[in-house]
Amino acid sequence: MTIGSGTDMEWKTNALGRAIPLEIEGRKLVPFAGAFADPTGAAIAASKDISTQSGKKKLRPVPWRGKPDKLTKSWDDLFDRLDIHDGATISFHHHLRDGDAIVLEVVKRLAERGIRNLTLAPSALFSVHDALVPYIRAGVITKIEGSMNGAVGAACSRGEMPKTCVLRSHGGRQRAIQDGDLKIDVAFIAAPCADAFGNANGLYGKSACGPLGYPKPDSEYANKVTVITDNLVSYPCLPWAICGSNVDYVLQVESIGDSSKIVSGTTRLTRSPTQLLIADLTARFIEAAGLMHEGFSFQAGAGGISLAATVFLAERMRRAGVKASFAHGGATKVLVDLLKEGLLSSIVDLQSFDLDAVRSCAENPSHVASDPFISYGPRSAGCVANMLDVAILGATEIDLGFNVNVVTHSDGLLLHGIGGHSDAAASAGCTIITAPSFRKRIPIVREEVTTVTCPGEVVDVLVTERGIAINPRREDLLERAKKAGLPCIKISELLHDVREITGAPELPRFKDRVVAMIEWRDGSIIDVVREIESI
Amino acid sequence: MTEYTPSTAGTLSKSDCLVVYRPSKEPVSVTVRSSVGRLFGRSIEDTAKSMLGVFGVKTGLLEIEDDGALNLVLSARIETTLRLAGFELNISLLERDRTFSAAKIQREPSAKQLPRRARLYIPGNQPNLMINADLFGADTLIFDLEDSVPPERKLEARILVRYMLSDTHLFRESELAVRINPIDSSCGREDLEEIVNSRPQAIVLPKCESARDIQVLDAELARLEAREGLPLGSILILPLIETAAGVLAAKEIAAASPRNAALCFGYEDFISDIHSSAGERSLRSASTPANHDGEMPHSSSQPEALLAKQMIVLAARAAGIDPLDSVISDTEDKEALRSSCEEARMLGMSGKAVIHPVQIPAVKSAFHPSEEEIMQAKAIVEAYERSVVEGKGTAALGDTMIDVPVVERARRLLNDYRIGD
Repeated sequence: MTIGSGTDMEWKTNALGRAIPLEIEGRKLVPFAGAFADPTGAAIAASKDISTQSGKKKLRPVPWRGKPDKLTKSWDDLFDRLDIHDGATISFHHHLRDGDAIVLEVVKRLAERGIRNLTLAPSALFSVHDALVPYIRAGVITKIEGSMNGAVGAACSRGEMPKTCVLRSHGGRQRAIQDGDLKIDVAFIAAPCADAFGNANGLYGKSACGPLGYPKPDSEYANKVTVITDNLVSYPCLPWAICGSNVDYVLQVESIGDSSKIVSGTTRLTRSPTQLLIADLTARFIEAAGLMHEGFSFQAGAGGISLAATVFLAERMRRAGVKASFAHGGATKVLVDLLKEGLLSSIVDLQSFDLDAVRSCAENPSHVASDPFISYGPRSAGCVANMLDVAILGATEIDLGFNVNVVTHSDGLLLHGIGGHSDAAASAGCTIITAPSFRKRIPIVREEVTTVTCPGEVVDVLVTERGIAINPRREDLLERAKKAGLPCIKISELLHDVREITGAPELPRFKDRVVAMIEWRDGSIIDVVREIESI
Repeated sequence: MTEYTPSTAGTLSKSDCLVVYRPSKEPVSVTVRSSVGRLFGRSIEDTAKSMLGVFGVKTGLLEIEDDGALNLVLSARIETTLRLAGFELNISLLERDRTFSAAKIQREPSAKQLPRRARLYIPGNQPNLMINADLFGADTLIFDLEDSVPPERKLEARILVRYMLSDTHLFRESELAVRINPIDSSCGREDLEEIVNSRPQAIVLPKCESARDIQVLDAELARLEAREGLPLGSILILPLIETAAGVLAAKEIAAASPRNAALCFGYEDFISDIHSSAGERSLRSASTPANHDGEMPHSSSQPEALLAKQMIVLAARAAGIDPLDSVISDTEDKEALRSSCEEARMLGMSGKAVIHPVQIPAVKSAFHPSEEEIMQAKAIVEAYERSVVEGKGTAALGDTMIDVPVVERARRLLNDYRIGD
């Protein structure tokens, strides 16, 4: 038999009886074995051993012809098919915020099935998740990677979590999944709108939450992906923030959460005179520093000071006839109104905080839903945050070197997640921390912060009710602020002034044991949190 | 042996604490529960112990439940509790012990002619509203011991105000005044007795109805200034006229003491005193949030109070002091505030009271002369001075003759607002 010229080749017959060389130009060839045999082995190996796919998107065997059967009949049916074992890592997103019902439902059912030693990998937790504490004490959850808030963080601080937890920013979490540092066995994605194929978005239905971007990396890299919805629509669910091609199972439930807490609906301006004063100083600074130029961009959260600062900034933009190109981060009615007014050209939205923002995200093509890679991705060729002229962020503490703490309180308790703080701070052109100089009796300005989550090298300005402290590295900003007659103060003087009012706090007492690591965006460890001494 | 009574002071709210004293035969002890206990537990205990020492407390139990009270608030609450229990205050012992002693207060007396465009009322018993009050740019801060403090809290409020006035870190910018209770009540006298040593710069006297009210206050102040070694006459009086009788006596009130720095009008009490139906209207509009949409037209002209305001303006101006207008209680209604300021200015008032710091910038700018007025005033003064230098009998700006009163008004405007410094 003479085929072609390579008479010295070795040959094999495939399933259809065709002769296939065993190797061509160094590539070993696998003969066809049937339309769905998938004999190359890559996907099979991947599905057997999760560790082989670190840093790679999830591989699955080539699907059989026709419509896949992903729709499970019940929670039990879902868990039977998922086959979760002790020690598994399960992930969740936080788009449903304080209205979320899925995290607790899943953990409760896994506990009932006798599963223990779980690692929880949420993109954030809220006070509704304080109810996880009993499961931590019972050994159902032994580690958290991502974010800890409220009672869960306090439990970790007290040493109730047997393993060492990991705290990451939103961008850092996406990177960890991409790099294979965080390997997820099962991603549970609560979806306000989904089809039986697993396409999903957060825009429609009684639990609508706006964008659904935070679980995107989970959906791409997790070993098994489950979409849970209370609003099953016919295929295709459009737009698909979560792509059904990444989804293994779909479960329909009565309700994924309490809609009144998913979108709080209240964006009333704060009445706190101190918050208003800080917000006003912030807006004045942004204008005086020359940051408020035509086409500039900003990020401000939905907290009292940030929201008021946005309103005051908008007043200044109107007066100066300046328009912004985009606003980034969480979206609120305040931003939606600015978009409608034309003061903003677009909103790049990771999380909607009220119904106006949800509606705008669904209807206005200039209000675009983002995800953590696009917005904050550390291993990107630049993210949305890199395009920001100014980011307005909060802090629990800031020190003389402008290092910032957003996770622990001065008493040493771990009470907050990092959120997008590190990512926005490290990427924006000017990073402004807004905070009262003391809360109750607790000074915010410290000689050294209790925990460093963000290095002073990316923090430019601190605005408090007792003056504006500017990082000495930013002489340009200091000069402009002084020229505009703004109340500038050295951060060491601010520390002194505040001490005179509050007195010097004692330092928290820690044990030796490390209960949590703080990961910087690139995966290096910027600080650790120790177990607190009981009093 | 003295019998002490169980007592309590303070509240369990943000930046405050609740202090309880329980008499017993046991040696004195202290318990502390605090939301900032990990950071300030020892400091709270130290403060408590030193206060117990100052008051010579040997037995009983002092319980402190704290939500981040500053040391001065904590001290004020402990002092109140112990005094209510029957322990004697030894002020000199206290002064020696305290870090924020009244004797160390470096505060100059206030000037009569100060601009008092925005005067901010702060309830006298709410530490969280007091702590940052100096930061909002009010010309005058008024700690209120009268209407915002219920009768059973008067003592703890006046002690708290005394401690606040003594703190020169918290209060540096605004003129500091206290609204005491009416002077014909024992409460009003007790207010003065308590607070004068912490050097308030002015006293707001409410329900002021006659020259006698002012004279009584003046005499009390003189007595207390002498006792505390303060310069005689250094504490100013801001009479608050808010009744029909007060309006009719405005002229005598204004002239009753050289301490008088301004005459203030109090609208809400006034309309109630004259049985005006305007009170019902404001009650109605308060329960109708839709009034922002213009369903209920504002009647900012307050015709029921027009004559009273004009009489106060006449009395004050005749006595050479400033008349100051009342508050707008709807703090959300920017338009009502703006038109009310405009009208007050037109009537001749020099300022307005505010009940929320958000109102301050609008009020200050309304009573601050506009750019145009400043330019005009400068031009008038320059033209006049030129005419004097040139030895002309009359001055003119353009085609308009400048009368001497016009020059004086222009000078006063530039002077009052320290323009040209």
